[in-house]
Amino acid sequence: MDSLLNDQRPPVFCPGCSHEHITHSLDKALQKLSLAGNQVVIVSDIGCSGLFDTFFHTHALHGLHGRALTYATGLKMAQPDSTVVVTMGDGGQGIGGAHLLAACRRNLDITLLILNNFNFGMTGGQFSSTTPTTAEVGSGFLNQLERPLDICQVAQSAGAPYVDRCSAFHKDLVDKIQRAIKFEGFAVIDIWGICPGRYTKKNRLTAKRIDEALSQLPRQEGIVSENVRPEYSRQYRKIGRGQKSASPPLQIDITCEPVTPDRQEVVLLGSAGQRIITAGEILCLAGLSAGLYSTQKNEYNVTVLRGPSVSELILSPAEIDFTGIDEPTAVVALSQEGVERRKALFADLDTGTTVICIDGVQLPSTNARVNQIDLKSWGIKKNNWALASLAVLAKLNLIISQDMLKSALTVRFSGKSLEEALLLFDQIKI
Amino acid sequence: MPLSLMEGNEAIARGAVAAGCRFFAGYPITPATTIYNHMLNLLPPSGGIVVQGEDEIASIGFCLGASMAGMKVMTATSGPGISLYSENISFAVGSEIPIVIVDVQRLGPSTGSATRGADGDINFLRWGNSGGMPVIVLAPVDVKDCFSLTMHAFNLAEKFRCPVFIASNKEIAMTRESIDLNALEQPDLIDRSSPPAGKPYFPFQVAEGQQVPDFLPIGGRVLVRQTSSTHGQEGYITTDHEEISQMLNRLQNKLESAVDQFSFYDLLEAQGSETLIIAYGVTARAAKAVYREFNRHGTPISVLILKTLWPIPVNTIRKAVRKIKRVLVVEMNLGQYVREIERLVPDTDLDFYGQMNGRLITPTQIKERLAIG
Repeated sequence: MDSLLNDQRPPVFCPGCSHEHITHSLDKALQKLSLAGNQVVIVSDIGCSGLFDTFFHTHALHGLHGRALTYATGLKMAQPDSTVVVTMGDGGQGIGGAHLLAACRRNLDITLLILNNFNFGMTGGQFSSTTPTTAEVGSGFLNQLERPLDICQVAQSAGAPYVDRCSAFHKDLVDKIQRAIKFEGFAVIDIWGICPGRYTKKNRLTAKRIDEALSQLPRQEGIVSENVRPEYSRQYRKIGRGQKSASPPLQIDITCEPVTPDRQEVVLLGSAGQRIITAGEILCLAGLSAGLYSTQKNEYNVTVLRGPSVSELILSPAEIDFTGIDEPTAVVALSQEGVERRKALFADLDTGTTVICIDGVQLPSTNARVNQIDLKSWGIKKNNWALASLAVLAKLNLIISQDMLKSALTVRFSGKSLEEALLLFDQIKI
Repeated sequence: MPLSLMEGNEAIARGAVAAGCRFFAGYPITPATTIYNHMLNLLPPSGGIVVQGEDEIASIGFCLGASMAGMKVMTATSGPGISLYSENISFAVGSEIPIVIVDVQRLGPSTGSATRGADGDINFLRWGNSGGMPVIVLAPVDVKDCFSLTMHAFNLAEKFRCPVFIASNKEIAMTRESIDLNALEQPDLIDRSSPPAGKPYFPFQVAEGQQVPDFLPIGGRVLVRQTSSTHGQEGYITTDHEEISQMLNRLQNKLESAVDQFSFYDLLEAQGSETLIIAYGVTARAAKAVYREFNRHGTPISVLILKTLWPIPVNTIRKAVRKIKRVLVVEMNLGQYVREIERLVPDTDLDFYGQMNGRLITPTQIKERLAIG
């Protein structure tokens, strides 16, 4: 195959920069793989590694600092047949560390070339995540305080199935890039190089010294056998396709008569874990079964099985604008903390409002009619109190009728849960 | 007329799928998470893609990559996530990458209150990109808007190659509401335009009479270049001032000159009314309730409900205030969009009512404010 280098845009690296070797090595590797330009996407990061895409006649995406792997991920998921190569510096590795870890764990078929020259070349030679503590760099003494990381160790422990390390000057680089691209999965090569514009002005680093340093480190074999596993996009397609299709939204047929022609407002005051939100949904579904518009506005804290849970429900023959509640027809007091959350509500209530109060819950002073209910004595468990309170409303023919509630339960539940819900309904003796 | 019960977030997810969305990436955050949950139910079984990013930055990055590969994409978050999206929003603006971004607003600033609503991000969405180029922001009022405006958002993202925001609110997103699915507005779908065959393709070349470059996907037969750097028509970095100026002016004009094509609003006009309430989002519902009550009692007031917030629908607003003496802007924040209205109607008596306490602004509060005037 022909070279994929862009003859209109030759590399513009500083004289002696190892990036130039890597550019030519990448080109040779792509040639050896017989890849045409439109089969390859080069995603380049920011800094000198960010210039790479312009030197090639391939598809190209040059994005933001540290984020190259994220664009590559979206591209590869959408175009699984493309060969995606990411070029990133040690700077990009540092700022995009979370993306590197995630890419190692995810194992999409992307090749990441980290052009590791131990500093931020373009911006003035500041220290990066790989700068030795003994180096003299453009950020004063600060690099003395932060330990450099070993990209290969990090990638390997994060789950990358292919990890290699090499000098930019080494004759094996072409083969190493070729093997990394050919590997089906996430492949990382930590390529050590020289930044003559900045780093080697004050630090003695040569191709020979890089070789010596690399020889002191454990040899990377490329394939990390304990991390080898199926490639992400292939697995995604296999498992994703097998997922059950989402059912279309339920459309509730009108089978019941509403209890009154007026707008009805209900407030459920309870606690997380009491299934307040589910009860609210069922009340709305009961409304729909009578052809009423309905809204359910919920309020709860960020905690999951703790804290108050409030549901405000409106059933109305007319379209509902404002979803808050001013004059509830009914308030159901299911827990003390639920009542506390809305205690200001009670002072404004008059005899037009019925409060269903579960025994044990203390109400603030109110002019509303209070209907005390002892659910415990009927053997109803706490997590069913909210549902049971709907049965209380239905048996009082308040807000909803028994038919409306049964219709809603049949829509919302099936099998054993439906049986239990209907049994609960029968347990309420009013 | 059988009705369904649906929350705003589910309607957004279903609207997205109806609009042709095939790629969703997100990071869990209350109150936007259920959009992700619904997309996860809807897309993979039909071959669509849903990915959970390691953070919000990754999530929007995945989307931009997939969009450049030709897919219609969406992500969803809340205010803290929009903060993290910012650099990539700028990328999508400057490099003309279609994407729909849902901001289910919660009470801010910062972590704020995860389960309380607000409309505090309205100006942030507009101005949260470096360079200050315009974006499109649509604000749903109810569940049916969540569905239809999401479809429009995809069409606009495709047509103008830009990020389009849905400025939702916890109080719409997680409020369930009856909805007649058979009566939903479903606009015809628009896809990004392809270049004419047989001519060399330059990714940012804009044909005569067009304001938006034609699109080809990265990974296709023809080579495509995309870059976050200031670029010329070939997609290479440029230092040519003339070329830079033309491109940036075009980015501004392509949206600002076209807003009348996508100014979504409801104008509830009352005969003889001299007062106009301007509201958007969930607050518009309280304004609507006031409108109904006042007009039932013979006190005419009008209400303008804006559903396109950015670019500012100047003509829509100016037209609505023509015979109006007093304008009351009501927002679920401490006064953001009112500044834009102020600029447009300098000769009108302008009042503002806002609130940030995690509660809805009630019809009673609006009536009290009207009474003060």
